[in-house]
Amino acid sequence: MTEPDTEKRTVVVEREIAHPPERLWRALTQPHLIEEWLMKNDFAPTVGHRFKLTGEWGGVLDCEVLEIEPQRTLSYTWDFASDDPAFALESVVTFTLTPTASGTHLRMEQAGFGPSQKQAYGGAHAGWKAFFDKLEQVSARID
Amino acid sequence: MCVTPLGPDLLFKTLADPTRRALFERLCREGEQTVGALTARAGVSQPAVSKHLGVLRDAGLVSDRHAGRQTHYRALPGALAPLVDWTSQMAGFWERRFDDLEDLLKRMDQ
Repeated sequence: MTEPDTEKRTVVVEREIAHPPERLWRALTQPHLIEEWLMKNDFAPTVGHRFKLTGEWGGVLDCEVLEIEPQRTLSYTWDFASDDPAFALESVVTFTLTPTASGTHLRMEQAGFGPSQKQAYGGAHAGWKAFFDKLEQVSARID
Repeated sequence: MCVTPLGPDLLFKTLADPTRRALFERLCREGEQTVGALTARAGVSQPAVSKHLGVLRDAGLVSDRHAGRQTHYRALPGALAPLVDWTSQMAGFWERRFDDLEDLLKRMDQ
């Protein structure tokens, strides 16, 4: 059996977008537009181009363009380097666009190796306080 | 590792009560304790503490052990796995980003 914290996992998020693939493609590949919905970046639509996504929290993701098929497929690495295995992330993000009668079906798949859960638990005691402080805010939205 | 059959929603609901959460935090920080010891510092009656502990146990967050007339409780932090699993966190992240993406696409219309 594989160790849970070295297991490759996949996240899939899909959405029906009421806009044609051409417009969606621009939002996915033009840096000033990417910044508006995702993060600050120095993206360029070239296979092998290395770029960074900078989050509002100050974190920086290391990325490299893996695949581009205009208005169809965009794939890049999505890595977060950290000495602490509780935070490190190595993954590949792939956007797939499929034209529909009303616009575009957008599918995002992120596959890779995430933060070690075991490590996260080990260091969790110090983090309990902050963690629980957020629980009430989040839980208010759940009912 | 113990993984609760409950999803994040029920875990959040279980831990949303401040008294219950305080009991769980204490068990996480200080290890196994008796109901009596927990009651002494909980600020509520022993029946109330027992009731909260029962809810935590049903949610898979704590386990109990009977020794003589005493019941000992300990935390099962593995039960929080659904909350710290990176894939669920990322799914939430992408849903929010896609909300912003749709807003942007509307603005690009104009």
